[in-house]
Amino acid sequence: MPDLLPNRFYRDPRLAWAAYAALAALLLTLPFLVDAGMGRSWVRILDFALLYVMLALGLNIVVGFAGLLDLGYVAFYAVGAYFYAILASPQLGIHLPFWALLPLGAGVACLFGVLLGAPTLRLRGDYLAIVTLGFGEIIRIFLNNLNAPFNLTNGPQGINMIDPVRIAGHSLTRPIEILGLKLPGTHTHYYLFLILTLGVIFVAIRLQGSRIGRAWAAIREDEVAAEAMGINTRNMKLLAFAMGATFGGLGGGLFAAFQGFVSPESFTLMESIMILCMVVLGGMGHIPGVILGAILVTILPELLRYIGPLQEGLIGRVAVDPADLRMLLFGVALVAVMLFRPQGLWPSPVRARELHPANPDEVRQEQEALYDAER
Amino acid sequence: MKSKLLIALMVGAMSWTAASAEPAVETVKIGCVAPLTGPQAHLGKDIENGARLAVDTINATKPTLAGKPVQFVLQVEDDAADPKTATVVAQKLVDDGAKGVVGHLNSGASIPASRIYADNDIPQVSPASTAVAYTHQGFKTTFRLMANDSQQGRALGQYATHLGKRVAVVDDRTAYGQGLIDEVVKGVKAAGGEVVAREYTTDKSTDFTAILTSLKAKKPDVVVFGGMDPQAAPMVRQLHTLGMKIPFIGGDGMQTAEFIKLAGPAAEGSIGSSPGLPIDKMPGGAEFTKRFGERFGKIQIYAPFAHDSAVVLIQAMLRAGSAEPEKYLPELARTQLDGVIGPIAFDDQGDLKDGPVTLYQVKKGKWQAVETVGGPAAKAAAK
Amino acid sequence: MDVLLQQLVNGLILGSLYALVALGYTMVYGILELINFAHGEIVMLGALVSVTVLGVLVAAGVPVPLALLLALAAAVLVCMATGVLVERIAYRPLRNAPRLAPLITAIGVSIVLQNLAMILWGRQYLSFPPVLAPQVYAWHGASVSNVQLLIVAVAALTMGTLLLLVQRTRLGRAMRATAQNREVAGLMGVDVNRVIAATFAVGSALAAVAGLLIASYYGIAHYNMGFLLGLKAFSAAVLGGIGNIPGALLGGLLLGVIESLGAGYIGDLTGGFLGSHYQDIFAFFILILVLIFRPSGLLGERVADRA
Repeated sequence: MPDLLPNRFYRDPRLAWAAYAALAALLLTLPFLVDAGMGRSWVRILDFALLYVMLALGLNIVVGFAGLLDLGYVAFYAVGAYFYAILASPQLGIHLPFWALLPLGAGVACLFGVLLGAPTLRLRGDYLAIVTLGFGEIIRIFLNNLNAPFNLTNGPQGINMIDPVRIAGHSLTRPIEILGLKLPGTHTHYYLFLILTLGVIFVAIRLQGSRIGRAWAAIREDEVAAEAMGINTRNMKLLAFAMGATFGGLGGGLFAAFQGFVSPESFTLMESIMILCMVVLGGMGHIPGVILGAILVTILPELLRYIGPLQEGLIGRVAVDPADLRMLLFGVALVAVMLFRPQGLWPSPVRARELHPANPDEVRQEQEALYDAER
Repeated sequence: MKSKLLIALMVGAMSWTAASAEPAVETVKIGCVAPLTGPQAHLGKDIENGARLAVDTINATKPTLAGKPVQFVLQVEDDAADPKTATVVAQKLVDDGAKGVVGHLNSGASIPASRIYADNDIPQVSPASTAVAYTHQGFKTTFRLMANDSQQGRALGQYATHLGKRVAVVDDRTAYGQGLIDEVVKGVKAAGGEVVAREYTTDKSTDFTAILTSLKAKKPDVVVFGGMDPQAAPMVRQLHTLGMKIPFIGGDGMQTAEFIKLAGPAAEGSIGSSPGLPIDKMPGGAEFTKRFGERFGKIQIYAPFAHDSAVVLIQAMLRAGSAEPEKYLPELARTQLDGVIGPIAFDDQGDLKDGPVTLYQVKKGKWQAVETVGGPAAKAAAK
Repeated sequence: MDVLLQQLVNGLILGSLYALVALGYTMVYGILELINFAHGEIVMLGALVSVTVLGVLVAAGVPVPLALLLALAAAVLVCMATGVLVERIAYRPLRNAPRLAPLITAIGVSIVLQNLAMILWGRQYLSFPPVLAPQVYAWHGASVSNVQLLIVAVAALTMGTLLLLVQRTRLGRAMRATAQNREVAGLMGVDVNRVIAATFAVGSALAAVAGLLIASYYGIAHYNMGFLLGLKAFSAAVLGGIGNIPGALLGGLLLGVIESLGAGYIGDLTGGFLGSHYQDIFAFFILILVLIFRPSGLLGERVADRA
């Protein structure tokens, strides 16, 4: 995980190892610390935060790495969730095991990614955005209505009683005892999600540094030039879509198992925009930034809960409902970040240099030259 | 964080003052969950106030559990009408040691939360969730005090057939609208009517001319809509614009003052149903309205149901002589008592036995009760 | 036959509303190549402002025609100011930024406007004061109301005025020049910034008219009414050929008719497999098909796909 740490850590491996060890220790004990300090509901929030980290990293591949604005990302999340829900619930009376369904669901989402991606990749950025948005809505409308003539998704009622994750015959929703340590369901889910999140982070980092990752970066910066350099832009873009969709499907399967209930309400356009917010706020294309963004956006509504009592304390009444503030803040944040800090809260060092160069004049000239060439 | 500390301090202070007055008072925590922020905040507050009134009234009688004095404490949480938040606050109540829960409001929140309560064996009584699925998950811990959508839909279907044999139905493709209309269709068939057309819309639509035009071609005697007032109001207007002068019927989603405001003169004559008795027909209605009014003001809808939910939970604890769920859950299931809303008993699923449904009609710009269907209270109210 | 006729009437009325909104998208796109996601929210603002002002005036006893005109004027003013402000704050600084940036701010602006409206007006639906007693005329078995006729008339009048503005005035010529080539127009003495601001102002004024018409037709207004409407109107603009003013007209009317006929007949056509629950899918399908197979739309000539 090279770019997670400041530079001096590379020079001293002992320091780096110490930092990793501390981080690992923190991640391992985090649910217990949070449980003791803030209550178990916060462990549950932590679980959701990890889930969103996976989703945001998936979308980051499409938006951040390849520069394709996907406004229908939630469709893949929905496909993963429904795939798991349908095949592990009383809906069709089928109960396949978690370990088989999770990769399968991710695979099906990947297939959807290719299917939806293939016809749209010729389109330019903003058209692509609106077409993906359309696809997202179409998928949601189908999920909402496929209870007749054949009851596949149970329509707007959603699918309930979804099997929880079972490891060695033990359901993760029930407390478990390991070596005399009592682990409640929220904690076991935390460790499961943590392992998968680390896996997703690993894959994302490897992808970014690979030939493929560099090809995506080239496409993002200038598609024509990338094509001229011999990059098969169509295949590369398709691959980005497929990889992003795979992570979305993975997240969906976990969500279905964790929540035990899925309904089309959970997969609206707003959810897509929330995930986009995580990527944009954190820093498009920069993995640690995106992780930060996902955690911030997940935790923010919980913090906003305290605004109601705060207003009561300050001005004697609740003037603005905290639930109303949440989306407003996201909207303002999207605009403000794009205007003042397009690289995000925690940008990659390279992007930051590109956007805030040491010598601004030089870059402006360069941009103007490019602009003229485009015309 | 701070507010948590504050609550802890307050609870501490309260138990301390209580302790100083009467040395051995035990406290039992009852959870209460509803949306306290967002569009349904006023309804959530209604639930909180109803439950609070019940808890305070019982506390004032100096109750005892197995001979020891006990006080009940209401812990109120906000689920923002959001399924995900609902599971988070459910977890919070479990952690904080709630022995029973009054809530949630929305079926979409009650259902995912019920799994957490069931996993921790904590009884849940919803004063407002009407989706059939909520009590049909096989959990022993789920109960409700409102007629469910099945009971309401059948009553609506029967009533519609009563007005004309050819019934057209429209649902808004939400869990509520679709569930309700499915039951209406069964009710119509059971009453010997015929469903001549089924059309669909969404909970964001405003233009229904296309679907109403296709309905018109099928020549129905009556239209039943499963959905909320923002759609019902323009729909009834467009029905008139298309020159269809037939009765327009809906469920509790449109049996609201808002519907009359939005539809204007077109609302006149529309029929809407609502689970439960009208408040003035409830056996304890007048007395409750007065008691509630003195402390909290106007009742929205759910306060009497939330009140009785808390009463049912606490009475079961008192009868069992224990606040431990494994001890009082069997007592809860055996509940037989006369609440504000009428006689209360549960069937095997945890649904209210013979939940009554009342039909209202817009007359001179106001909803007026015309008929109550089902429920043992219906007979009493008719007298 | 009378059912088909009625569905056509339904579709044309819905379509003229789409067309009015689609014009706003197409004008901005023509000049800036930006999808102004927030345009639907401007329509929403127009509806809420006109309903509020009208409610106050009617309650104060102002005669109805005057009250309607004043409500319209208020809505147009608020919408124009908002439109110009949005352009100045959120779009102008990003004019030369990478493509993704203004698109993301546009989404952000849309969320901000929607939530501001929610905080200002509350979450409840507002009802349009019943100033026009509805009257229904039967015509060959189809019904049309006076409100519907009025809507079509106002929409047609507004669009006619817009065409005159674009084709016959100095400002219109400046707009067309800027749309063709911003740089060269600037060199020829066109104040590009002012022309762009004017485009936003005109588009927003159209949105205000659309907002008032929609609120009066359906009788309700709500902070959430703009987004889906905006998407559909955008689809209409793409269908007609984005950047092309007559195209937006044609696209709007066509989309309205397609939706109406689709919702009315899809059940019969597919043997009950698909029903009117799929009504909202048509707009998105058309959008996707047009973008994939004919990105320039029905009337568009410009090459929309420049990679």
